Order: sequence, then C-alpha cells, then structure tokens
Amino acid sequence: MSDVYVIGTDMIRFGRFPDRSVEDMGAEAALLALKDAELGIRDMQALYCGNMGEANRSVGQRIMQHLGQTGIPVVNTANACASGATAFREGWIAIKSGLYDLVLCVGVEQMGRGLLGAGASYAGVPTEGLVGSGTMPSMFASLGMEHTRKYGTTLEQFAKVSVKNHHHSTMNDKAMYRFETPIEQVMDAEMISYPLTKLMCSVNVDGAAAAIVCSERKMKQLGLMARAVRVRASILQSDPYTPHNLAMMDFNTVTRLAAGAAYEMAGVGPDDIELIELHDCFATAELMHYENLGICADGDAGALIDSGETRLGGRIPVNVSGGLLSKGHPLGATGIANIYEVATHVRREAGARQVPGARIGMTHVVGAGSSCAVHILEKA
Amino acid sequence: MSDCEAASLRPLAPFVKIAADGKPYLEGWKCTACGEVLAVGGRRACPKCAAPGTLISIRLAEYGRLYTYTVVHRSMPGVATPFVAALVDLDGGGAIKGTLIGLDSAAIRFDMPLQVQFETLIATGENTARHVRHFFTASADGREAKG
Repeated sequence: MSDVYVIGTDMIRFGRFPDRSVEDMGAEAALLALKDAELGIRDMQALYCGNMGEANRSVGQRIMQHLGQTGIPVVNTANACASGATAFREGWIAIKSGLYDLVLCVGVEQMGRGLLGAGASYAGVPTEGLVGSGTMPSMFASLGMEHTRKYGTTLEQFAKVSVKNHHHSTMNDKAMYRFETPIEQVMDAEMISYPLTKLMCSVNVDGAAAAIVCSERKMKQLGLMARAVRVRASILQSDPYTPHNLAMMDFNTVTRLAAGAAYEMAGVGPDDIELIELHDCFATAELMHYENLGICADGDAGALIDSGETRLGGRIPVNVSGGLLSKGHPLGATGIANIYEVATHVRREAGARQVPGARIGMTHVVGAGSSCAVHILEKA
Repeated sequence: MSDCEAASLRPLAPFVKIAADGKPYLEGWKCTACGEVLAVGGRRACPKCAAPGTLISIRLAEYGRLYTYTVVHRSMPGVATPFVAALVDLDGGGAIKGTLIGLDSAAIRFDMPLQVQFETLIATGENTARHVRHFFTASADGREAKG
C-alpha cells in the first residue's frame, strides 16, 4: 500500500462570521489548500467534508457548487468534534487503498455562542439543574475534578494551560484571540463550572481548514517532494466500555487506545514526537491528555505544566497554535486545522511560533459520544 | 396510590422507575455472562462483554459514594445556579449522575457516602405531567455505604 502525503493545506483565520455561509468558508479554505499544492479542483478525485451543525444538509456538495461541480464523489462526515479528523482519515483511507491518488479534505463549522451541550434533558423534558448538568463545561469540569481526585491537581495548574495557549496564540495570525492572559486574569475570570473559569473554556468560532491528500506515486510525479508531509499514522477509535462511560463520557480510555495504536502504526514512541496539537476544548482536558498521550507518567501532568516543558521552547511544545482555547474551536474544522498546524511546523513555515527543528508531530481530537482521532505527521 | 396515579408519574432519568405502589426505585441491569452491573441498560447486548441477550433487570442500591462532581455556576438560561452536578458509584455496582443537594461546597469530599432520594415535582400551568426526579444527599441515617 502507498504511503500517504499531505501536499497542500491551509485554513482561514478563525473568527465570528455570521454573515458568511458554511459553503463559502469551506470553499475558501479548499482554494487556499489547492493553491498551496499548486493544483486545481479538477485534479481532485473525491471530497471528504467534516461538519456537525449542518450535517444533514450536504455541506460537501454545497462546497463543490462554490468550487466547480466536477461530479466527483463527496462524503460528508459528522463525528462531533472529531468530524474534521474523521473526514481527513477517510481521505487517507482512500489514498491508502489505492483507489485514488489525490483527494480534498475540508472541515468547516459555523457556531453559535454560549454553552455547548444544550443542558441535560430526558424524554424531551429539560432536566438541567434538576438531574445534574449536561453542558460541555460541566462535563469537562467533572473530568478535571476526577484528575484532582486521583492526583491532587489544582485550579492553578489547570489555569496555567490557558495562560500558555493564549500566549502561543499571540504568534498565530490565524487565531481568533491574540492576547496574553496572566494567571490572575484566568483564575479570576467568571467561574463557569468549577474548576473551569470562562478563560479555561474554548472559544466558539466559525472557521474552515483544508488538506490535499496524495499518494506517493502522484506526489513524486508532481514533483512536490520538497514540502510534502508523510502521514505516519492515522487512527480513529470509539469509546470502549468502562464502568463510568455510560454515565459520564470517558475521553481518557479512548485517547489511550487511539494513541497506542498510532504509536504502533508509526513505529515511534512519545519521546520521538516534537510537537502536539491536542484537544484542549477545556483547560482540564489538556492535562488529562498529557498522560493519555504518554508524554508524562500518570499523575505527572500537573508537574509537567508547572515545568514549562509544554510551552514553545520546552521539551514537547503543546498547542503552539493557541489551541482550541484561544485559536478557537469550530467543531468540524478543528481536526483539519490541527493537521495544518503540525504540517506547517514540520515544513518549517510557522514563523514566530516555529518549533525549532521539528520533523515529526502529532494531532489529537476527541468527539463527544465518544471518539478519538490521532494522526502522526512527519516531513517527507 | 392507585395504579392510575402511579402511571401518571414521569421519571426524569432512564434508570428511575415507578413501582405499582407509586414508589420510585432505581432499575439496573446485570449481565449473566460477565456479571457487570449497568445503571443505564435496556439494550440488546452487554456493552462490556458483547454477549447478546444476557442483561437481566435488577434493583440498584440507593446508597453509594461520590466519585466526581462540579459546582455549576453558569448553566442554561433560566436554570438556577449554583448547583452541584455529581457522579455517584452505587453500592453493588452502577454509576449515575444527578444533583447533590443540602451540602455546602466546602463540605463535599470525594468518596463521601451519599443517599439517593426521590421527589415528585409539582406540575405547573397547563403541564399536567407529574415528574419524578432523583437527587443525592449526604447519607444521614447512619447507614454506611459499603465499598
């Protein structure tokens, strides 16, 4: 089977664009990625499109109506926050299988404001507050408290994740927010769901990202080796049974399953990874995933954020893009925006936030429900 | 309570059931193949061991221990805050979510023994359904939760 390469990728700056359509944002990202590969839509043999909010409305086909209706197969993927990564992986599978040589993967989302999760309900009756909470912040707050229960992790340690990722985003001109948030500001912000303050919750934004995925044969034929990025691992898992996961989503077990499979597929270990874009939908999640992805031992995530080793310049920089916390989290776009970020670093094109000498990096997303996608990318 | 009145009670969680005498209880499921106890059951195969047709209905304990929680300060519009959203491991198996009431947040401890209680919510306006919710309180009657 062919090795699989990313030969073009880009994203639009994340922000709030209530007057734009999903297909317009998706088409803009697609054209940027095609330009990056110096190719056109007529070169693409299929489109894989990740989106949640309009998942029943053929978003991929609507994007083709804005790019040129070439008649290629379009597959729309809806997999919660893993929708974009799932679309990318479908493209990877198509190239890996030998069916196609060149496919386009797009992730796009238009978000409202406010708390995700819509609150708890049962049989059509709202139960929020009466029977616990169904909001996403409350879920990731409870998961953070589980970490506190096991290891004594503090609110200040969770807050440091937000300080770091907001700092990183000041160097990313495609991030929604680009300002520093000192620790006092993060800890003193409005408490949403303990231990999560408002600045420890990701930003609901609109956005789109795209990647051109290519076979090795075609990549060489096109002479695109200089900037090609090899996909060393592409893994998607659903949540295995655990005694709690029917009551409270368990993103730890599914991430460990996916990360283990990704390291095995790539033939590398956590020490070989030089940067990670992981799913910091809430500050608590980033610390959980340090352990789940194996970049520190269980129980050491608090010490790892304290050490500064996950900042740009540290041993293993995490979310140098600004992450979901500050770059923003347009659900369907997030997974492919992560691919763009890591590809940009291993291509040494990340400018002020460049991880020095980066050759190999990892992307990670989880989706409520639950799922986890992990990709390992390496400069070809 | 008559059967008719019991039938008009609507639980607010899938594991809360109303007995013929109108008294709410927690229904769980036990897998006859692997022994796992589930709080949210009623499915065709065991989610743990994948054996089909092995889940039997059981009553879950109404005592347990606090596994994790959060104090919710901002919720959906119109929902009174703060409140405590909790995940509780029931004695004998099964885990359920709910609201923990009657405790100051400073008094909450992981693994503290808790009790499941039920209340019928008074119907308002044109809504004639009477809903039954479960909630958690500190285990006050001296009955210790068993690990």
